[in-house]
Amino acid sequence: DLWGPLVLCVSLALMLQGGSADSKDDGGPQFAEVFVIIWFGAVVITLNSKLLGGTISFFQSLCVLGYCVLPLTVAMLVCRLVLLAGSGTVSFIIRLIVVVAMFGWSTLASTAFLADSQPPNRKALVVYPIFLFYFVISWMILTFTPQ
Amino acid sequence: FAEFDDAANLLAANPDATTISIDEPAEISKNQHGRLQEPGREEDDELLGTDDSDKTELLAGQKKSAPFWTFDYYQMFFDVDTYQVLDRIKGSVFPVPGKNFVRLYIRSNPDLYGPFWICATLVFTIAVSGNLSNFFIHLGKPMYHYVPEFRKVSIAATTIYAYAWLVPLALWGFLMWRNSKVMNIVSYSFLEIVCVYGYSLFIYIPTAILWIIPQKVVRWVLVMFSLCLSGSVLVMTFWPAVRDDNRRIALATVGTIVLLHALLAVGCLAYFFDAPELDFPAPIIPVHNGTAVITKS
Repeated sequence: DLWGPLVLCVSLALMLQGGSADSKDDGGPQFAEVFVIIWFGAVVITLNSKLLGGTISFFQSLCVLGYCVLPLTVAMLVCRLVLLAGSGTVSFIIRLIVVVAMFGWSTLASTAFLADSQPPNRKALVVYPIFLFYFVISWMILTFTPQ
Repeated sequence: FAEFDDAANLLAANPDATTISIDEPAEISKNQHGRLQEPGREEDDELLGTDDSDKTELLAGQKKSAPFWTFDYYQMFFDVDTYQVLDRIKGSVFPVPGKNFVRLYIRSNPDLYGPFWICATLVFTIAVSGNLSNFFIHLGKPMYHYVPEFRKVSIAATTIYAYAWLVPLALWGFLMWRNSKVMNIVSYSFLEIVCVYGYSLFIYIPTAILWIIPQKVVRWVLVMFSLCLSGSVLVMTFWPAVRDDNRRIALATVGTIVLLHALLAVGCLAYFFDAPELDFPAPIIPVHNGTAVITKS
């Protein structure tokens, strides 16, 4: 199903929304940007996996990638709560640890599903884009600065 | 049926052996070019073992072309293994004098995996490194408010993908045109040129990460170094293609290739990374209606 991924994606995009800065050009990602990155990124990774000879179906892969955004959504929630308390060095270290841990969890979880559907000599070629995808989302979460 | 038993026994003893079957498309190994079977039969193919480069070369002449609206057509361009991608990346970073990147590494099997994902990585590396570098440069200055600068990702993506696809297109068109005028020119297919350009961008990924260091000298040394490495790979690839041509045109072509490569690097450095020595205070400009606007200069 794509219901769960949609809910997660929308909530993550909404939480990343409030971080615009002074000038319109230099702010954080807007809602549409987050939405597009998550869905377009998931589609590209799925296509990549299928083109390399994977046996997983298109929507199964989208579903897995979408659900594995859950740890990062939790990280975003934690970051927003921590930022309410303050935005100094301590808060940054806490946010860094949380985001890194959740990034590792997301990547490992989706890799567990998607890497096994590949022939063994191409596993790394499939895992790397997943790593990049969750890295970009983690970067957006970590650099979120409230107004 | 004795021959079939022998064949089955031989195959069971040595699963990696090259097998050639005439009738059933299902028995063709999954790593062969131009797969014709449906996805459901892929589990059977795993029993035939994994491919190796000898097999790929042997069967390269039998590349089947599927029509371009089918999925199988695009699957032909992702027919690479992990070690092949790593070899190609190594070949783009360490130029072997006298050896041609296309002949040595690509060998009639151009892939789109490398160019696409190297460009994607480069886009995000430049955006993230630029952002980090600016953060460290302006850290501690009063009035500095950190911004993630997310717009720059789209600009980086447009620039890098345009370079990686339009320049090969132009170069391919130019080489085709010269090929029609001058005989005996080595001609590369469009995908091989895209492949070379994509892999030649790899050196800029560690360069972009090292550009975080806020020293002008370090940054320019890095630009020169990476330009020399990947530029030499490009030159050694395209020099055999143009050397039989008019001397001036050949030199102009190779010069343009290197120049565009340098422009990309310098342009990215200038746009995404603030200069470290200049001071960038955020001035408060009183606007005519009395409100103060903080701008980032």
